[in-house]
Amino acid sequence: MSDITKQSLSELVENIKSKKLSSSEVTKAFVERSEKSKELNAYITEDFTNALNKAKMFDEKPNLDLKLPGIPMAVKDLFCTKDLRTTAGSKILNNFIPTYESTVTQNIWNEGAILMGKLNCDEFAMGSSNETSFFGNVQNPIDKNLVPGGSSGGSSSAVAAQLTPITIGTDTGGSIRQPASFTGTVGLKPTYGSCSRYGIVAFASSLDQAGPMAQNVKDCALLQGVISTYDEKDSTSIDFKRNEYSKELTKDIKGKKIGIPKEYRVDGMPKEIEDLWKKGIEYAKDCGAEIIDISLPHTNYALPTYYIVAPAEASSNLARYDGVKYGFRAEGENLIDMYEKTRSEGFGAEVQRRIMIGTYVLSSGYYDAYYLKAQKVRKLIKNDFDDAYREVDAILTPSTPSSAFKIGEKTNDPVSMYLNDIFTVPVNLAGLPGISIPAGHDSNGYPLGLQIIGKAFDEQNILNIAYAMEEKINFKNNITDWWIK
Amino acid sequence: MSIDLKTIKHISKLSRISVDEKKAEKLAGDLNSIFDFIEKLNELKTDNVEPLTSVAETTLKLRSDEVKSKNLREQVIKNSPKENEDYFVVPKVIE
Repeated sequence: MSDITKQSLSELVENIKSKKLSSSEVTKAFVERSEKSKELNAYITEDFTNALNKAKMFDEKPNLDLKLPGIPMAVKDLFCTKDLRTTAGSKILNNFIPTYESTVTQNIWNEGAILMGKLNCDEFAMGSSNETSFFGNVQNPIDKNLVPGGSSGGSSSAVAAQLTPITIGTDTGGSIRQPASFTGTVGLKPTYGSCSRYGIVAFASSLDQAGPMAQNVKDCALLQGVISTYDEKDSTSIDFKRNEYSKELTKDIKGKKIGIPKEYRVDGMPKEIEDLWKKGIEYAKDCGAEIIDISLPHTNYALPTYYIVAPAEASSNLARYDGVKYGFRAEGENLIDMYEKTRSEGFGAEVQRRIMIGTYVLSSGYYDAYYLKAQKVRKLIKNDFDDAYREVDAILTPSTPSSAFKIGEKTNDPVSMYLNDIFTVPVNLAGLPGISIPAGHDSNGYPLGLQIIGKAFDEQNILNIAYAMEEKINFKNNITDWWIK
Repeated sequence: MSIDLKTIKHISKLSRISVDEKKAEKLAGDLNSIFDFIEKLNELKTDNVEPLTSVAETTLKLRSDEVKSKNLREQVIKNSPKENEDYFVVPKVIE
């Protein structure tokens, strides 16, 4: 089989289970394609030799009852992997070798998958274009010099370019759904508490969630079924009855009520996005869904709220990087000088900016005006969704206000970069699940995504809606392998 | 609202991130444009709103306090930028 890397995860699993393919053949194919794709800069750390050895070991004693039997997989470099460098895209963790494994990745290896390497991302997941990574920006396989989105930009690039059959990212304000939208792939941000945060380098603890990034909805459901488990090592992990997402996947969404929030029609939204949204509504109707106009009145306040809450939590989480126990250290004249130089040289500009914002809003005299105010508005945003879900089963919106932009286009204007997450951030603030599916192209041929937002713990429902719509949309990604010489 | 250089110096001290004059000026510009954007929240009256403390309405579970990982000392110490046998090393603190 020459075009192994073109197969979906579900096809690969089936072919390994029916012994048409071995894990070694599959792993070799993805390793070779990854080797030829260095120009994309999707990987921070490659672990190809180990991966090929593990595949060989799997084939010697294959356990074909597993959900991901001998499937090679690269993961975002925000997940701690035991004995393999984990950098979070930062200089400050350049040499960090975790002594433990994140729960989410452990769940994946327990089902037979094999680690191929660690994928590039914005530094500490702070960014929307993968340009804040210490390890350089990532190319979008759609077109040269186009950002792959962020922060899970290495992940989106690697899935779209078929360097890995599937991957996982993390999403604090849109970091799975926005890059999925920019690369014509599927990305699911689960309900807060669905996937354990244990062993994920922390950014904003009340918002961070891990989730699958895939070529199609079926693959996404399969991986969600593997990574979502209750974990006593994460005190915010929630013990709810999880569906068997891929087994229960159905295209029958007849009678489902889908809300269209009028506040998502933002000023200056390109006509292409408006048209895509209209098309999406028609697709949903074609699938038998009922469309209902709804209101989420505080939508406009979500981004300002996010830019208080997320930096505040980040400033606290990132206090641990002090050059003492692990990571980069700059020499100083005394202890304080060492801390200050370490953090000044070890963190990049965007991370420093956010630590400073967070420190400021939490500092004496400003807490009530900023942090407390933001937590109150966050409550209003959550109430908006609670009210809407009395009428509807899910909500349909565009994933992003534009298609992928050029590398360097927005790096000098933090606020314009932040606006990328305008449709995704409210979902994190309310702790809800959201999925982005590719739904069309803009005039340049760049992919555009639609987002389906669900009730808390209702991943099955939004996966089903996405699955039904995916068939109607029949999206084809336009990738020419331009980076392969 | 305007964040001046003095405030930037103060925040940088609290954040333990050293900044020189040039960096402080750049940060002041960036932070001011971000805070202009954040000020939008003041349009909303929130006097009677309870702040959100957790999106998940569940009670925290208890578990027994047991050590589950063992013998990691060597590996943990190996990650430190400076080590001396079983200790992390920092610049001299007491004269």
